[in-house]
Amino acid sequence: MSSQQDELKETDTEARFEFKKEEKSAFQTEKGLTEETVRVISEDKDEPEWMLERRLRALEQFQEMPMPTDWPAQPDLSEVDVDEIIPYIRPDVDVRAGVDDWTELPDEIKDTFDKLGIPEAEKNALSGVGAQYESEVVYQNMQERWEEKGVIFCNMDEAVQEHEELVREHFMTKCVPPSDNKFAALHGAIWSGGSFVYVPENTTVDMPVQAYFRMNSEGMGQFEHTLIIAEEGSEVHYIEGCSAPKYSAFNLHSGGVEVFVGEDAHVQYSTVQNWSKNTYNLNTKRAIAEKGGRMEWISGSMGSKATMLYPSTILKGRGASDNHITIAFAGEGQDIDTGAKVYHNAPETKSTIESKSISKDGGRTNYRGLVHIADGAENSSTAVECDALMFDNESTSDTMPYMEINESKVDVAHEATVGKIGDEDIFYLQSRGLDDDDAKQMIVSGFIEPITEELPIEYAVELNRLVELEMEGSLG
Amino acid sequence: MATLEINDLHARVAEEDGERILRGVDLTVESGDIHALMGPNGSGKSTLAKVIAGHPAYEVTGGEVLLHLDEEDVADIDAEIDDEDYHWELLELEPNERAALGIFLGFQYPAEIEGVTMTNFLRQALNAKADEREELFEEEEEAEADADDEDDGYDTSPMEGPADDGEIGVAEFQEILSEKMELLDMDEKFMQRYLNAGFSGGEKKQNEVLQAAMLEPAVAVLDEIDSGLDIDRLQDVSKGINALRDEQGTGVLQITHYQRILDYVEPDHVHVMLDGEVVKSGGAELAEKLEDKGYDWVREDAFEAA
Repeated sequence: MSSQQDELKETDTEARFEFKKEEKSAFQTEKGLTEETVRVISEDKDEPEWMLERRLRALEQFQEMPMPTDWPAQPDLSEVDVDEIIPYIRPDVDVRAGVDDWTELPDEIKDTFDKLGIPEAEKNALSGVGAQYESEVVYQNMQERWEEKGVIFCNMDEAVQEHEELVREHFMTKCVPPSDNKFAALHGAIWSGGSFVYVPENTTVDMPVQAYFRMNSEGMGQFEHTLIIAEEGSEVHYIEGCSAPKYSAFNLHSGGVEVFVGEDAHVQYSTVQNWSKNTYNLNTKRAIAEKGGRMEWISGSMGSKATMLYPSTILKGRGASDNHITIAFAGEGQDIDTGAKVYHNAPETKSTIESKSISKDGGRTNYRGLVHIADGAENSSTAVECDALMFDNESTSDTMPYMEINESKVDVAHEATVGKIGDEDIFYLQSRGLDDDDAKQMIVSGFIEPITEELPIEYAVELNRLVELEMEGSLG
Repeated sequence: MATLEINDLHARVAEEDGERILRGVDLTVESGDIHALMGPNGSGKSTLAKVIAGHPAYEVTGGEVLLHLDEEDVADIDAEIDDEDYHWELLELEPNERAALGIFLGFQYPAEIEGVTMTNFLRQALNAKADEREELFEEEEEAEADADDEDDGYDTSPMEGPADDGEIGVAEFQEILSEKMELLDMDEKFMQRYLNAGFSGGEKKQNEVLQAAMLEPAVAVLDEIDSGLDIDRLQDVSKGINALRDEQGTGVLQITHYQRILDYVEPDHVHVMLDGEVVKSGGAELAEKLEDKGYDWVREDAFEAA
């Protein structure tokens, strides 16, 4: 481990996530969801008419769709009552679209993100960073040299105003329409904040672009929308971190992510999520990859009461490829239902899915995946590997890797392992001087190493630290 | 100078009606000495090794396993040393505490830990051992005082994390490591590989000896370290074992089926185990006799004596 890693490891992650700030907001909607709520949000944001219309249509769809209850072994969502959620909270910041100078932020917000390490990460190795507090992006900054090349990184609300045509074409139209599922519809009605990333043709953004989403108020919902457009031959790595402090009432996070991977473009989307244990984390994330395009999803799902998250990629053009790497950790009372979906809709497309899950103290993880290979997608290949590690006999881990293969000239590989953490492995490490806890931690950090090695160092360290805290049972 | 003293040790498999395996083992190993422990399959040799190290699969039903230390063995300890700090009943301690006091077990089948590099593992092991030693030798009042300190808050800001507690630095660690690896004729590439994962049988055994060299134990129990080695590797491993004794004064209890390794690692003492007991002890010539004649004559001798 390098000294930089050591240094990062020393920062107190627990303190960084546990704290909460007094709620101070300029404007918040009433609890619950009505047409009036949606109109108020849209008006507060001064949106064009077409966006309001989209919101209202999504609301209708939300109200028509039943709550999903019939998935095999799905997490219990009966506690999720949208009428108890405050869908929109605008923090008390003077500048509507956020500020681009860190020092201009109000102290309590600046302090929150300082504790989460956001400005440090920016100093270290980022092309740009955005930070969302409650429903609005409060800070957004992009290095000038990227701006000069035509790269856009701004908050989603600003994009609606400033890059209207691009947004109108891509926003919840062909990638994630509100009709996709009930929570996508909910998201479409009351989305707020999030990031907009646009990378012009043949432009490589060689440092990651980062956004951080923080829910601070009790009983709120966060519905940020992220739209990434990578034009032909371009390359970008977008990283997202999420957290919320611990409150008694439940929170709802229902984000939407849409990624357009142009011809021969390459997009990597990495996320480390650490929601409080009363957050329902129900997201819809999808990418469409054109000819020769490459999409990579890397996700660490920590925290939350229940997570349902299945990033999906549609391999639309010949030779497009997808790589999914996911890790999930479920402790006591948690149900982490994650996976991946890939649609091979063109010949010579390729996907690899690698999923690792850890369950402990009665927690449950489930890998729920779908690989669909369409008729005519010949010479395509997919490899799925799911490994689950359980700490005790009370914890559970399920694997549901669905495959729909409608083409015969394909290469399909699937491997799954489910195991309990090995007593012999623990004893071996103990005999070298590590105590029981450290031995288990070492085994787990090794188990997730294939994931952490894909992440930028700050996130790898953070993820390892979060896993350690989960194992000590000290995260709220 | 440390001494491992095993008196009338009885142990069985830790489950209901678990098989009794050790039936009164007596054995003493002093640092700097090389002991060979021989015996047919199923005589209890590997069980003895695991019980010494504290494997939870076995339950001790009688006897004691003592570790006696002297000033030299505790030279690294800052805390004040009492008489009782020189004598330890290992059976009361956790496996990692036994390791911290200087017991090392070289495994016949070392665990493969994916995703943990050798460097990372060895450094953590060294630091863990140093921390544990401090705790073991710390007076109770001091330990309580430490706990009080923690209650009072951090020495440094929580955002900066805990103060550096004297861990082995990267540079120092690399230096020790290079030295030991050179001794064992191991390639530096080893260090970036995952702990035992995909190692050949020989590499695993070499790695066990390397770990012993890094942790500098008072007594190393090596369980069939010679099995599955080709002649070149056997020589490397033997060189390593001799160095444990010669360079750092480790006492070695070497469990083996074969005379072969004893040609390279000459034992000061040879013991024979049968049916859960040490029934015969002697010098190096005993191993040669066993190689020639097998174990039957030992059994006969033992029965006659009984």
